Amino acid sequence: MISTFLNALLFQAGYNAALVALGAALLGIAAGSGGTFLFLRKRSLLSDALAHSTLPGVGIAFMVMVAFGGEGRNLLGLLFGSTVSAALGLLAVGWITSRTRLTEDTAIGAVLSVFFGFGVVLLTVIQTMSSGYQAGLEGFLLGSTAGMLFSDAIVIAVGGAFAVAIVFFLRRPMTLVSFDPEFAAASGINVQRIDLAMMGLVMAVTIVGLKLVGLILVVALLIIPPVTARLWTDRTEHVVMSAGLIGGFSGYVGAALSASAPHVPTGPIIVLVSFALFTFSLLFAPARGVLAAIIRHRRFRTRLHRRQGLLALANGEAIRDRPTLAVLRREGFIRRDGDVTDMGRQAAAKVLRDESRWAMARRLHQDNDLSGRYDGSTPIEAVLTRDEIAEIDRRMGRPTLLDRSGDGR
Amino acid sequence: MNSAVFELYRDEPPQAASPLAADVPLSIRELTVSYGEKPAVLAVSATVPPESMTAIVGPNGAGKSTLLKAALGIVPSLSGQVLVYGKPLSQAMHRIAYVPQRASVDWDFPTRVIDVVLMGLYRELGLLRFVRHQHKEKALACLHRVGMADFAYRQIGQLSGGQQQRVFLARALAQDADLYLLDEPFAGVDAATEKAIIDVLKSLKAEHKTAVCVHHDLSTVTQYFDHVLLINVRKIAEGPVASTFTEENLQKTYGGRLATAHIDELKLPEPQR
Repeated sequence: MISTFLNALLFQAGYNAALVALGAALLGIAAGSGGTFLFLRKRSLLSDALAHSTLPGVGIAFMVMVAFGGEGRNLLGLLFGSTVSAALGLLAVGWITSRTRLTEDTAIGAVLSVFFGFGVVLLTVIQTMSSGYQAGLEGFLLGSTAGMLFSDAIVIAVGGAFAVAIVFFLRRPMTLVSFDPEFAAASGINVQRIDLAMMGLVMAVTIVGLKLVGLILVVALLIIPPVTARLWTDRTEHVVMSAGLIGGFSGYVGAALSASAPHVPTGPIIVLVSFALFTFSLLFAPARGVLAAIIRHRRFRTRLHRRQGLLALANGEAIRDRPTLAVLRREGFIRRDGDVTDMGRQAAAKVLRDESRWAMARRLHQDNDLSGRYDGSTPIEAVLTRDEIAEIDRRMGRPTLLDRSGDGR
Repeated sequence: MNSAVFELYRDEPPQAASPLAADVPLSIRELTVSYGEKPAVLAVSATVPPESMTAIVGPNGAGKSTLLKAALGIVPSLSGQVLVYGKPLSQAMHRIAYVPQRASVDWDFPTRVIDVVLMGLYRELGLLRFVRHQHKEKALACLHRVGMADFAYRQIGQLSGGQQQRVFLARALAQDADLYLLDEPFAGVDAATEKAIIDVLKSLKAEHKTAVCVHHDLSTVTQYFDHVLLINVRKIAEGPVASTFTEENLQKTYGGRLATAHIDELKLPEPQR
């Protein structure tokens, strides 16, 4: 099985598997980058309602195509049907939110379950029909690569490329609308139209991904990559690009894995691959990961010991706390025998002055953003601007400012 | 001259063709905004004179911010007309810069200080052009004007409230507008930031630009502004601070909510001779 997997990864498992892997990678890139804006606009859940609303459309399109004597499994026809019913689902969510007192999450829950329930009933009816090659329709639920045709892959490739192009062209308005819709509107951007484009983008990704990932799980491909990327970076464009990469990688590896285990549906495997990336990121991401938080906390403790110790030095108090002594000694503020070094004296003076500056800052700044950030150990220059510090010093009645030598007594 | 323009337009709405109308930064006619059945702003007309610093003053829930947002088309208005430099809003968007309340956005958004200021250049950049060195220089210059150049590459979540407000102001400066509309720029900021903001506003006035602020602090109105619009859902009064920001008008605006003792603390202008 391992060798089948490796073959699939390296495009040697046959023409069909290569096609599927490429399609899944493209879809992942489109879903990850497109889903980022939905995530930043805090509307991720809307994509779940959208995906589940596609099912009745699939069923009805199948029945209509059979009724007209065609083959019910025509992918384009099914996708067209699912687009129409997804749009209806979105309209229903929008209508309930704006015209009733119900909130958006309630509307999403209601629309999602009703549309999905109706779709399942339709599929059940279809199973009892005698014609139309209904086998394979259930692939729309959890995704399947079995029997994927070249034309299907073309649909995915074109749809994915289209979505990525929209992300590129609309990256600025979508960023602005996600961050600050009021400013966006005042800059002449039509916020509703951008929101609509954003939904259209997500809809395109969802519809294109239906066959491969399945409607129940396609939402994961829209949400997990952006959330994972967000752990690694603080810049919007980097989140978009990383989410695309993460989505593409998940799709590619997931499809290859699925090719080596044909009985497992593709969607769940792709989702599990992206979840593995998410878990890794959650643990090891440099700024926002769990491990980084632990290290930060340890450093914070050291800073706290340093500050307490230096304050005690400045006030001429005895230090008994062992970790505090260890920190001071390690950083050269006191000698082994406990004598204070010159460096220690200077640092102690600065800590004392910053302490009184902070006391003044807390009186001047009444906003929580600042008082919440006061941890007693961050240098004041890292938190306040120069004129803010100058204002504090002015109020404290000290003419000199920002000199590093310290003048504590 | 300001009051002359104001007097001219008090009764008659300016016509787009009138030569003077093109100089009036903001002219609002009979604007009504309603959330549900309750009007937030009712038939307010106002004229902001050129090169003025205008304060919109009124109690909580008086529709100050709503008036500003409706004038900008951010919230829909039921009726009324807004002219910016004599033109309908859609044709004059490029001459306006807007500073929203800083609480209106999520400060954990993945973006840096300089990226926020660059958003002010999106109009200039359009959809396709890439951010170049000259754009970054311009953003940095705007940050420098508000004293935040050292913070350009910080994540915005690390800023204090006053610093957030300064970044928003820098973004508006980057828009290179003629009319600046600010929603509560002094709310909850520290003294240094208040001074930095007022310095920028004064320099804008010196550059022949116009600023309109929703303002809540009655004690600084006379000090910071030269023109005032008093509203409480309806318009109470508008005009130069010296003749309009009076005890009588304030009582009308705030009703019983403004104790006389409080009024005494304000540095109200001397009564008209």
